[in-house]
Amino acid sequence: MDFLLNEFLVTGDPLIYGAMVSIVLVSIAIVFVLTYFRKWGYLWREWLTTVDHKKIGIMYIIAAIAMLFRGGVDAMLMRAQLTLPNTEFLNSQHYNEIFTTHGTIMIIFMAMPFLIGLMNFVVPLQIGARDVAFPFLNAVSFWSFAFGAMLFNLSFVIGGSPDAGWTNYAPLAGPNLNPGPNINYYLLGLQISGIGTLATGINFMVTILKMRAPGMKLMRMPIFTWSSLITSFIITFAFPILTVALALMTIDRIFGSQFFTLTGEGMPMMWANLFWLWGHPEVYIVILPAFGIFSEVISTFARKQLFGYKAMVWSMLIIAGLSFLVWVHHFFTMGAGAGVNSVFSVTTMLISVPTGVKIFNWLGTMYKGKIRFDTPMLWSIGFIPCFVLGGVTGVMLAMAAADYQYHNTYFLVAHFHNVLIAGTVFGCFAGLTFWYPKMFGHKMNEKLGKISFWFFVIGFNVCFLPMYFLGFMGMPRRTYSIEPEWMPLNVISTIGAVLMAVGFLVFVYNIYYSFRYSEREKTGDTWDGRALEWATTTPVPFYNFATVPEITGPEAFWKMKQEGGTTYDKENLEPIHMPSDSGVPFIMSAFMFVAGFGLVWEWMFMAIAGLIGILACMVVRSFDYDHGFHVSVEEIKETEEKAREGEK
Amino acid sequence: MSAENEKFPKQHIVGFLGSLVLTLAAAWAAVGSGLPTIWIIVSIMVMAVVQAFIQLFMFMHLTEKNGSIQVGNMLHAFFIAAVIIAGSVWTMSFGFSHNHSDDGGGGEEMQMEEQEHNH
Repeated sequence: MDFLLNEFLVTGDPLIYGAMVSIVLVSIAIVFVLTYFRKWGYLWREWLTTVDHKKIGIMYIIAAIAMLFRGGVDAMLMRAQLTLPNTEFLNSQHYNEIFTTHGTIMIIFMAMPFLIGLMNFVVPLQIGARDVAFPFLNAVSFWSFAFGAMLFNLSFVIGGSPDAGWTNYAPLAGPNLNPGPNINYYLLGLQISGIGTLATGINFMVTILKMRAPGMKLMRMPIFTWSSLITSFIITFAFPILTVALALMTIDRIFGSQFFTLTGEGMPMMWANLFWLWGHPEVYIVILPAFGIFSEVISTFARKQLFGYKAMVWSMLIIAGLSFLVWVHHFFTMGAGAGVNSVFSVTTMLISVPTGVKIFNWLGTMYKGKIRFDTPMLWSIGFIPCFVLGGVTGVMLAMAAADYQYHNTYFLVAHFHNVLIAGTVFGCFAGLTFWYPKMFGHKMNEKLGKISFWFFVIGFNVCFLPMYFLGFMGMPRRTYSIEPEWMPLNVISTIGAVLMAVGFLVFVYNIYYSFRYSEREKTGDTWDGRALEWATTTPVPFYNFATVPEITGPEAFWKMKQEGGTTYDKENLEPIHMPSDSGVPFIMSAFMFVAGFGLVWEWMFMAIAGLIGILACMVVRSFDYDHGFHVSVEEIKETEEKAREGEK
Repeated sequence: MSAENEKFPKQHIVGFLGSLVLTLAAAWAAVGSGLPTIWIIVSIMVMAVVQAFIQLFMFMHLTEKNGSIQVGNMLHAFFIAAVIIAGSVWTMSFGFSHNHSDDGGGGEEMQMEEQEHNH
């Protein structure tokens, strides 16, 4: 009992008591609703065991929006604390925990899953595939992400949140300065979800390289698919570094080794080095798919072929290559010397070249286009100036000598929010509103969409532009109390944050509103699209394509519309081979959660039990001889006729 | 696919056993062999390289046709590995040159130790 109250549960903070009560209430409400409407079976059959890339994608996106809410609440708490000098709304410890969870959740559990969700839904449709290469593995990816995120989020009510920043630098995050379960949550939550991300990278690499429709050469692929392919490569090569770094620090903390400690020949800065060897490619993992989304959206709504397609592809490849060569710019102030710092300054500045090429290509696509200003296009147009601002300040930060002034100030905070929000978050919103009709059979309401866009984009600039000046005034990052002279700009910044929150709430309300009132889609081609995903019916049948079309050039669907062509060739229907659903990914990831929770508390019996469970699931899977099932020609005909009624 | 799958996976078994033997031998060399340190390092490295080739040829489809993607992938992997290792060594081995003690004769190791004591 004593352990329960003093160590296990987090006690003493009214905010956290409120969170506990709301978690319990929401859980009871979910159980009640599922039981009352008898949806447990439906949930298990249709969602928890699914291997359908479309459903997995949607689950990723739902989880990411929930995490965006959690991370956003963290942000609002921080803004509340920083508005006035000498407030004690949050104490310093609580503030440390909140900026840590805000950063970690937004990058690992919001940005990446959101984009991976969109990739999951869209990429197989864009290349004319019926699912990803390894559907079972895809489900493992999703569930290990979900359980990793759950483990991480549990920390603020059970055991205490990690508090060493999202970068989790040693030695502060080491066992001596930070004993207890909090940092373990960070290490194991990221480790478990990282397994899923790595598997996703491999899965999409193979899917895109091996499963394209006949005739779709690499240079005929839609640009979003290209960005997903390149992202998958970066994931596959960067995530193992994080895995190793996390494992080393876990061993440091739980088993007393000395990789990153101050004593015993440990090297604390090696953590920073390994973290950013992964962390910088990670930045491109969350920006390149967004670039792909913007390219698709801008080309569709400017009603023109993407300008400079080849230059777009090559610039993404160059960005991907350079992304592994710039990591030291995150710790210029370590003092590695002029030689090291100048090399990494130059490589960092080089990245702005291919990025600039892309910006001009987007402008070139819009030039003389007949632009439609639907919500996805607004997000994409808003992205360009906001992102350029972040890019330019990035070049300022890239100069090592100048970086000594900016380092760890609000200038940096403003810079990376300017690229990550204007790039990734705008991209996620653009992509979601763009592909929403394909996912759910109705558009998101335009009027509400525009309201949420304007609130969000204005709030975004009001929130982050003042931070550049706060940085110049010397306001350090991760400080929980401000000096009186920083107050006016902080007040403006908080007002901006409130506007962004309103924008987000309108966006979420729009999902509900559109579900109730939006007109249902009659055809599959909502926006007069150009890539193959619009060739399918809406809603997309679970096998995607009744017949896979032959691809003869770029912009496959655009060409099909002009020359005729269909994904339902009645004469050539064949039975379709599809993978069977499986509950193993869910159960296996639940065991990962158990093992992770055991390691967090250093309860070895629980960790070992969880690991045995994982191994048992692998054995079950190895002896699973279910090779899927075939959809009969009659069933395909029936489904297609029903789905295509509206087109006649 | 069935005919191919039901064939006895001889290559995989050999590769698997080979990897196990080499791993155990490396562990024994480090823990129980009592060889001089230099020979332990050399033997472990040789066994690691042999095992890498076993994995590449017996598991990684290197010998299949359409191997250009595999080769490209491997070259990329070697490049990344080189960047990680050489880059880390290069950036992390910066000198502790602000040595305030009077005897300038101490080697770099000495300086590092002093540095640690000073903090």
